[in-house]
Amino acid sequence: MRKVNKRSDGYCLGIESTADDFSVGITTFEGEILANVISAYMSPEGGIHPREAARHHAEVANTVIEEAFKKAGIKTKDLSLIAFSQGPGLGPCLRTGATVARALAAYLHIPLVGVNHCVAHIEIGKLKTGAEDPVTLYVSGGNTIVAAFDSGRYRVFGETLDIALGNCLDVFAREAGLRQKTGEPFGAVVEKLAKSGKKFVSLPYTVKGMDMSFSGLLTTAVNMLKKGENKLEDVCYSLQETVFSMVTEVTERALAHTEKKEVLLTGGVAANKRLQSMVKSIAEEHDALFCVVPAQFAVDNGAMIAWTGVLAFTHGVKTSIEESFVRLRWRLEEVEIPWIKKANLY
Amino acid sequence: MDKESQPLLIKKGAEACLYLADWHGRKVIIKKRLPKKYRLPALDEQIRTYRTIHEPRLMHEAKKAGVPTPTIFMVDVRNATIVMEFIEGKQVKQLLAEVSERQRQELCCKIGALIGKLHRNGIVHGDLTTSNMIQRVDGKIFFVDFGLGEKTEEVEARGVDLHLMKRALQSTHFKFAEECFNAVIEGYSSVLDTEDVKKVLEKIKEIEKRGRYIAERREAN
Repeated sequence: MRKVNKRSDGYCLGIESTADDFSVGITTFEGEILANVISAYMSPEGGIHPREAARHHAEVANTVIEEAFKKAGIKTKDLSLIAFSQGPGLGPCLRTGATVARALAAYLHIPLVGVNHCVAHIEIGKLKTGAEDPVTLYVSGGNTIVAAFDSGRYRVFGETLDIALGNCLDVFAREAGLRQKTGEPFGAVVEKLAKSGKKFVSLPYTVKGMDMSFSGLLTTAVNMLKKGENKLEDVCYSLQETVFSMVTEVTERALAHTEKKEVLLTGGVAANKRLQSMVKSIAEEHDALFCVVPAQFAVDNGAMIAWTGVLAFTHGVKTSIEESFVRLRWRLEEVEIPWIKKANLY
Repeated sequence: MDKESQPLLIKKGAEACLYLADWHGRKVIIKKRLPKKYRLPALDEQIRTYRTIHEPRLMHEAKKAGVPTPTIFMVDVRNATIVMEFIEGKQVKQLLAEVSERQRQELCCKIGALIGKLHRNGIVHGDLTTSNMIQRVDGKIFFVDFGLGEKTEEVEARGVDLHLMKRALQSTHFKFAEECFNAVIEGYSSVLDTEDVKKVLEKIKEIEKRGRYIAERREAN
């Protein structure tokens, strides 16, 4: 068991349950992460069935929480705050996490804070990489967002107009009949295959202003494969090159526009080495520091919720039980960020 | 070499570099799309060539549709370079922050009408931001940067175009984004048929509901 600094101002337990992962993290009020336990739901057919995933979350909630306490080496009575991901995400999954959070807060008589999932990804990224004011590229199975802070909020500069980049890779892999090992994301399977791809085939490259579209490209790639004219490795390679070039182009434009000095790459797809090299390249081009979030904090995790809960709570944000309903489409830019003081209008 | 003829880098954008230069006695903008190291050379060339050819074409079409754009003097596809007229004026991005509320409304209304003219003639701009609009000293508003534009009459493309305008206003001019966008729509409606406008407005709403968590959408259906 690890030693815990009991002089900490407090401990926060964060619950993440926006999609297929149920995770519990415990952090101190100073930003030390004591536990980050993740339990992933794997559907036998691939993809996420929201109600099935929610059932998984409900089943594992107890053990995940217990394990988090064990790892952190603290007791329930040591907690001073409960945070939970309030949105955006899948309704049934969010509700399961919110129910657990409400129950814990009520039982322990401690405050509750609802956290925006996207804000949490950025905040944990800043905490783990030391970035202070980055342009963030957040790419996962559910989100594709380019954001940067300005005047009290994280502003969305670019995003997907249809499906998320990670979703595009997942669906492609499923349609291609690829298999994943337990715990291995489909993106990693595509990445591996892409490495042995040599021939680049042209796919629709759709950047509209600062926004991107992946659905037409996905259809084209799947059809290409079904026709059997191209090798699977080559299509994986071309798919990766095209979608990553799109998000990198948009990130570069946000960087040029805001003139910020850091780029933060996060989300489940951040683990992809090719994407990392592309984003690093544009960071260097604009004399910005490239920061990538370590894998266990780049995927959906409870620690990011706990830490963002601490930031919010220590800056006067609290969520009453009445206000703790889940927000399926809670946009990043709707959230006020009182813990960042400067209002830098570029 | 004559000092005056040295091109001056005025903007290092993400997509291209803009140089202010003296070209046969004219003040011109040289737009050069530089290779991107992060992109595969094959994809990089494809994108730069495509945009270098299409941008001047669309700018010409826009002019025919009654939307002022800089005159094109030369296109060098191999070097992904376009030489065009320099517009002496102010970016709308800057103007919006400076002018009075009434002037802001008028300006946005004018912009909306210009977007309407583009759409009516089958052109979508593809990157409607306030930094891509310049008000010349004589008051005429010029649209620039058609690199992401396309020729299409689809409601979807028009919707995305206006949605981008709205998003640009929200991210850069969030204090008065709503009033500005309403004025844009007012101007837009003065140019296009009521029926077409209705369709586009519905499309914008639909686009805003899209994105993220398709499983949830499926479930809702």
